Amino acid sequence: MTVHVIDPAAENLKPPATSVGVVGWMRANLFNGVFNSILTVLTLILLFQTLPPFIKWAFIDAHWLSGDACRGADGACWSVISNNLRFIVFGFYPHPEQWRPLLAMLLLVGLLFYSQNRSRWNKPLAWAWLVGLISMGILLKGGLLGLTAVESTQWGGLPLTLLLSVFGLTAAYPLGVVLALGRQSRMRVVQTLCVIYIELIRGVPLISLLFMSSVVFPLFLPEGVTLNKILRAQVAIILFTAAYIAEVVRGGLQAIPRGQYEAAESMGLNYWQTMRLVILPQALKIVIPPSVSILISAFKDTSLVVIIALFDLLKTTKSVLSDPQWMGFSAEAYIFVAVVYFVCCFFMSNYSRRLEKELDTSL
Amino acid sequence: MLLRKLIALLVCALVLGLTGTLWAGTLDDVRAKGFVQVGVNGDLFGFGKPDAKGVWKGLDVDTGRAIATAIFGDPSKVKFIPLTAVTRFTALQSGEIDVLCRNATRTLGRETALGLNFAQPNYYDGQGFLIPKSLGVKSAKELDGAAVCVLPGTTTELNVADYFRSNGLKMKPVVIENTAELAKAFFAGRCDCLTSDASQLAGTRAVAPNPDDYIILPEIISKEPLAPAVRHGDDQWYDVVNMTVLALINAEELGITSQNVDEMLKSKDPKVQRFLGVSPGNGKALGLDEKFAYNIIKQVGNYGEIFERNVGKNTPLGIERGLNALWTDGGLMYSPPFK
Repeated sequence: MTVHVIDPAAENLKPPATSVGVVGWMRANLFNGVFNSILTVLTLILLFQTLPPFIKWAFIDAHWLSGDACRGADGACWSVISNNLRFIVFGFYPHPEQWRPLLAMLLLVGLLFYSQNRSRWNKPLAWAWLVGLISMGILLKGGLLGLTAVESTQWGGLPLTLLLSVFGLTAAYPLGVVLALGRQSRMRVVQTLCVIYIELIRGVPLISLLFMSSVVFPLFLPEGVTLNKILRAQVAIILFTAAYIAEVVRGGLQAIPRGQYEAAESMGLNYWQTMRLVILPQALKIVIPPSVSILISAFKDTSLVVIIALFDLLKTTKSVLSDPQWMGFSAEAYIFVAVVYFVCCFFMSNYSRRLEKELDTSL
Repeated sequence: MLLRKLIALLVCALVLGLTGTLWAGTLDDVRAKGFVQVGVNGDLFGFGKPDAKGVWKGLDVDTGRAIATAIFGDPSKVKFIPLTAVTRFTALQSGEIDVLCRNATRTLGRETALGLNFAQPNYYDGQGFLIPKSLGVKSAKELDGAAVCVLPGTTTELNVADYFRSNGLKMKPVVIENTAELAKAFFAGRCDCLTSDASQLAGTRAVAPNPDDYIILPEIISKEPLAPAVRHGDDQWYDVVNMTVLALINAEELGITSQNVDEMLKSKDPKVQRFLGVSPGNGKALGLDEKFAYNIIKQVGNYGEIFERNVGKNTPLGIERGLNALWTDGGLMYSPPFK
């Protein structure tokens, strides 16, 4: 048996300068080994080559507001955004009324931020959401309380993107859960129907669903009867997303051990109680990461509505680019759209990470 | 039993409802709605595109406004519905729109198989080539082996392939999805020439880093009569749309503009009197107000005014009248007499 003797002098020794502080961090993270050192140096060279020209292009030489000076200039032409901002963001919404979609969006963002904290999830908040959604609808649609009516054909830009995604996702999630439960059901008919639905929808791309809803579906309606175009696209997005959510949730359901079901049954809980109180809370927690990636990709997929000529954020931007005055500044315009999408998606993934941490029971 | 009866009743109601809507003419439907629904492009500068304030601008858009003015005497009683190349004909067939003014080429197939009726063309287009001067080419026939920038999936792509084949020339198509990106690729030198409808070439040339370095070749390799379209089987509505476009042309022939139309009301010329409804007859025959032509010209302008405002020399497109000049000036725009 060896005896460890602690040398009292050694306790007072400072660690070598190369293992703490900036130098230590760099040694540990950037230069620990030949391969990593080479990678670090290569990355630095690459950054050095690309970053300064980009900054020069995007900020130093850039034009921010002037309309005409852009052409022939070296830097980025952000004027394509600033001069067309209202059309890009609000589409055809009548100019004097554009405070309404703005207010509706602020309301939505405010509610989303307030609801981030789970300790605030209570009945009043549910009512606040209901009131919020209704007032957003009134703000957009008008025709009440002295607001002039604005037809949905005039909705466009960012409010349309948010509308399609927020309603699409909130409606698709419960539908997906129900479909997942149906697929696990012991009732043959329900199970078959769910399987057929999921496989059918998952087997076709969203674009073809959107085409069906906007090109094929109206032909079956009697002449003169038309359904709102936004509604048709919205339904297609909901149906599509729900099928994917269903499969993700099914994965969660299968991960719950048999014992949980049996324990619930032995306590005398019926099917719905079992699901609501025991199985789903655990299953849905497991599938947070995959469902958030589905939600994020569904959010980005809403931009596919350009093919049925709905003017969402991407389409309004493209439309601006077809103006001869702004033709050729696509890089700037697409960077702007990418930033908007990134902010929304980053918010979603960040929130999901937080939710995961809060719900973590270390089981 | 009750259920079966109910279903039978429902089916009956549906069929009745169907025939009901079929019987009513489009003009009556439009009057009842209080506005015309016009399908437009949405992305095509000079023809149909919203400006920075979201106000629709363009030749096709103004044609739609003229139709609304003919019916209601008010150019604002119109709703523009942006459509893609794929959805445009379905939208018309399903009744989502009343008339399509979306730079659609009149072809036999569309007249028959698609069940459309095309009115008088409001723009005669054709496909041409844009090349850099440095290429030193004077005619499209010298483009053997050229890399050609072209949009995919349109008749443009087929036309250029046909043209090169029939002239025994070789080409390398460079296919790029989006008009703006196509122009960018061309100016960056990815291809030797760019082909598109002539109306677009002028606009593309205008946004070149140095427009004087590029020329449009004289050859026009296809015929593209762009015309408003309506559904088969409603002759009255077809007449309204057709005569509206012709009224724009007739006004220019008669020298009536939005500026002088009020003075022209006092004209002694019987042609002008009949046209403006001073001596009645035309309006009643069409089922419109006697003043329909006066309203159109007063509030929207004649064909020449619409042309110059949207695609003419003082716009970024800078297109010459060419085929779209009056027949008296060597163009194709010709209106039958309004009597």
